[in-house]
Amino acid sequence: MTLHTRSLAQLAAGLRAREFSSVELTRTLLARIEAHQPQLNALISVTGPQALQAAAAADGVLARGGGGPLTGIPLVHKDIFCTLGVRTTCGSRMLDNFVSPYDATVVAKLKASGMVMLGKANMDEFAMGSSNETSYYGPVRNPWNHKLVPGGSSGGSAAVVAARLAPVASATDTGGSIRQPAALCGVTGFKPTYGRVSRYGMIAFASSLDQGGTLTVSAEDAALVLRAMAGFDPRDSTSVERPVPDYVAALEQPLAGLKIGLLKEFFEKGLDPENERCVRAALAVYEKLGATLVEVSLPNLGLSVPAYYVVAPAECSSNLARFDGVRFGHRAKDPKDLMDLYKRSRGEGFGAEVKRRIMTGTYVLSAGYYDAFYLKAQKVRRLIANEFEQAFAQVDVLM
Amino acid sequence: MKPEQIASIAHLARLSMDEAEIPRYQETLASILSFVGDLERAQTAGVSPMAHPLPGLVQRLRADVVTETDAHELYQANAPQVAASLYLVPKVIE
Repeated sequence: MTLHTRSLAQLAAGLRAREFSSVELTRTLLARIEAHQPQLNALISVTGPQALQAAAAADGVLARGGGGPLTGIPLVHKDIFCTLGVRTTCGSRMLDNFVSPYDATVVAKLKASGMVMLGKANMDEFAMGSSNETSYYGPVRNPWNHKLVPGGSSGGSAAVVAARLAPVASATDTGGSIRQPAALCGVTGFKPTYGRVSRYGMIAFASSLDQGGTLTVSAEDAALVLRAMAGFDPRDSTSVERPVPDYVAALEQPLAGLKIGLLKEFFEKGLDPENERCVRAALAVYEKLGATLVEVSLPNLGLSVPAYYVVAPAECSSNLARFDGVRFGHRAKDPKDLMDLYKRSRGEGFGAEVKRRIMTGTYVLSAGYYDAFYLKAQKVRRLIANEFEQAFAQVDVLM
Repeated sequence: MKPEQIASIAHLARLSMDEAEIPRYQETLASILSFVGDLERAQTAGVSPMAHPLPGLVQRLRADVVTETDAHELYQANAPQVAASLYLVPKVIE
């Protein structure tokens, strides 16, 4: 009975049919984690005893005919989500000793839906990186080839799912941190629209961009998990007060008549010929299913990354000001005064990439440079957003 | 960027920095700033800055009622130094 190769939807059906129990499934996956963790370094913490306890509780609910489609399904949370009573490091020395006193809304919701947490996934420090090499806990390896990176910053989450250590892992995306590791590990990454998933208890990097999502083995699994994790949260002031659509029902929607916009700028230069061949082959499948392809142009698209390089570090420098060595996190030994305490705690607690971004952000926000960099980047952001809006007036989706 | 400028940004950011580290930051910041220099070519006259992606977002208010219970012991369990429910820092006032 091979369990780990099954999708979340298949596992849910197996649990419901009493083909196997959540405890059996949890034991199987914990054994896989033990076997593969030394090579992959995909997790920072493994919570075996708590997982088995949660699995036994889920089996009890299922035995009484209760529960939902996620009851008894194991998952791994990215270590950016606060988990009550469990160490939450955000991949940083700064939070090496931090045990969260509360659950993030995402964690609480998935717990309430009966999911079983196996542990916390490795990640780039404070979600800053695209290769998972900036983690204080060492790099994560790509399960398909241990010499390659898994992408980042949700590289541990992507590796967990690609290696089938869990059918799903939570993840976050600020500038590609779900989508890029999904591509590099060959799994399904889903970054919801900003405001859809609560950011309460999700350690902040750049607050106007950060959004939680999923890494799974299929779109169906992403829909199943998103349905449980999305929704308005009064504890997040950027949470959108709109009903959550039935993503699972939407999976059955036919593609005939769908207008797919192809971004001209993405196909012009810098595209690897092999990738282009794969993308074109996929587009041909969509056409066969009745979708039409329309070329659209976003002339300012090339400025997205430069704008991001200003906006994200600026917000990061503000958000990470909370790490002061006073209330929680790393504290330097024998400080000579309060300033020395702040500076050395932060200097020792943060890694090189995080410090680079704090320095950049502090510079672009400093007196005399604010207009030239930060305000300019915010204006460019508006230009790009306007172009996206125009594109979406012509097409249903962009690829 | 001059070494004094790097040191001054590090001070604003409350980051300790060895002199030996300064050249690396000079290099990194210079390359990032040259990269974001591309923003200058964008025509942004009359464009309103976009601070966040939610149009029409207003800060919600909630009823003025107590929703949190006292959990200071739990929160302070993570603090490096606490005495009598207070966070301790080096002496600030002489």
